[in-house]
Amino acid sequence: MNAEYIIETRNLNKEFSGFIAVRGVNLKVRKGSIHALIGPNGAGKTTVFNLLTKFLEPSSGQIFYKNQNVTGKNSASLARRGLVRSFQISAVFPHLSVLENVRVALQRETKTSFHFWKPDSSLNNLNDRAMAALEEVDLADYAEDVAVELPYGRKRALELATTLALKPEVMLLDEPTSGMGHEDVGRVVDLIRKVAENRTVLMVEHNLKVVADLSDTITVLQRGQILAEGDYEEVSQDPAVLEAYMGGHHA
Amino acid sequence: MTWNLKNGPLLGAALMLVVLLAAPHMFYPVFLMKVLCFALFACAFNLLLGYVGLLSFGHAAFFGSAGYITAHMVKALNFDPLAGILVGVMVSSLLGLVIGWLAIRRSGIYFAMITLGFAQVIFFLSLQLKFTGGEDGIQGVPRGMLFGLVDLTDTMSMYYFVLAIFLCGFWLIYRTINSPFGQVLKAIRENEPRARSLGYDTDRFKLMAFVISAALSGLAGGTKALVFQLASLTDVNWHMSGEVVLMTLLGGMGTIFGPAIGALLVVTLNNYLAGFGSWVTIIIGAIFVSCVLAFRRGIVGEILEKVRTWPTRHKT
Repeated sequence: MNAEYIIETRNLNKEFSGFIAVRGVNLKVRKGSIHALIGPNGAGKTTVFNLLTKFLEPSSGQIFYKNQNVTGKNSASLARRGLVRSFQISAVFPHLSVLENVRVALQRETKTSFHFWKPDSSLNNLNDRAMAALEEVDLADYAEDVAVELPYGRKRALELATTLALKPEVMLLDEPTSGMGHEDVGRVVDLIRKVAENRTVLMVEHNLKVVADLSDTITVLQRGQILAEGDYEEVSQDPAVLEAYMGGHHA
Repeated sequence: MTWNLKNGPLLGAALMLVVLLAAPHMFYPVFLMKVLCFALFACAFNLLLGYVGLLSFGHAAFFGSAGYITAHMVKALNFDPLAGILVGVMVSSLLGLVIGWLAIRRSGIYFAMITLGFAQVIFFLSLQLKFTGGEDGIQGVPRGMLFGLVDLTDTMSMYYFVLAIFLCGFWLIYRTINSPFGQVLKAIRENEPRARSLGYDTDRFKLMAFVISAALSGLAGGTKALVFQLASLTDVNWHMSGEVVLMTLLGGMGTIFGPAIGALLVVTLNNYLAGFGSWVTIIIGAIFVSCVLAFRRGIVGEILEKVRTWPTRHKT
């Protein structure tokens, strides 16, 4: 076991009634890196994500986080250990205010989350930190708005702010730029680079430009298996990747 | 806009208190007590449906069983009325813990079916067990002397006793909804996977909400048994589980006052339409269908929405 890797999977498999979605994946994510998972549709990227965060139960194999076997833990407990994910579709709490969205994340560490006899004004001392998190993603002006009313790009920003509020050691981002307009993509890329300075980021991403811009390491998945791994240069020259990913017609 | 919304509950509560204090001088007190019991029941149910998004179809189990326990405690064991009610609440909380623990593992229709299944078990027990009196129920339950001081056979004293219980229960629900715990509940209602990904063990929160809801339903049921001096199969029947869904939806789920208004409406209709015999069910059914079609948010829900959007509509 190597301390240099913060997440490691060993022979991870996931089978859905006969269909093998993930097959023998040995993934190693280096601490402090930005690591991208790419691959054609149906390659098993999101399944790997769901397995890592225990939103799915692996059929076999093991998951190690900070050298500890966490295969048996549930998603909430992984989140408390610092492994926090985002979702493909923007995951905000639609009918809470923008400020409350972030505050719910901060609230967990107050240990008062079961206190049903306390007024919710007891949470107001978290407002400053929530506002600071919102300022980081340029959402401070929208703090009082209801999250559902934000445009899509800002919802993704809010989701990021909520995730960041937990100060996670590892952020798992599932397609952080999907469905975004051009200028939003640039903003999110800058944001990811900023927040990755002192943490590890593992992301699933379709936009190869984003992947090329950000990633230290890229893992290419195909039909549930790892096809290639390396930095962008290596991976983009790999003949197997060209064959599978570009359909052999790479310009 | 914010002024209206922020102060709405406070104003509503003040208005409600004044009306409730004066009401028995204008209306038939037993009718009012019935409304209060059902209002509390619906508000407790709404805590689960409106704030966690869980549709229980077995809440009669908590309402009815607390009624039986309270009636038994007071009649057979000569308990103080309040103590009798509290024992009823304890039993319904325990039932809530067991049923909730099993039911929250599923969601949607499966959750509803599990709660319904357990409620049917409770109904069967209420029919079969010795102390419940089978088809007759427990009749002639004495209201007794509260703390040995206040004679509850006096209708007015009983009314204010019931009002005090209602207000305590209502306040607890309000407090729960607007607490750190309530914040997490709302987050779970809005997006459960996201709440889990933020590190919340959502099942524990749902179970806690279930138990609070069951306890307060029991509080309503136990009190009702004393008001009518009767615990019967009606209160554990699945019709009762359906009725509380109806009250909550009519009044507006996820609003604080909605279920109480819904309860007032349904109880009033039941009482004043009693002359139509079995047509009552059809009339209430028709009202329910038209309400759901015309204003999905329920009465209070629609009013709040009007208040919320009013300034924006008039600005443009």
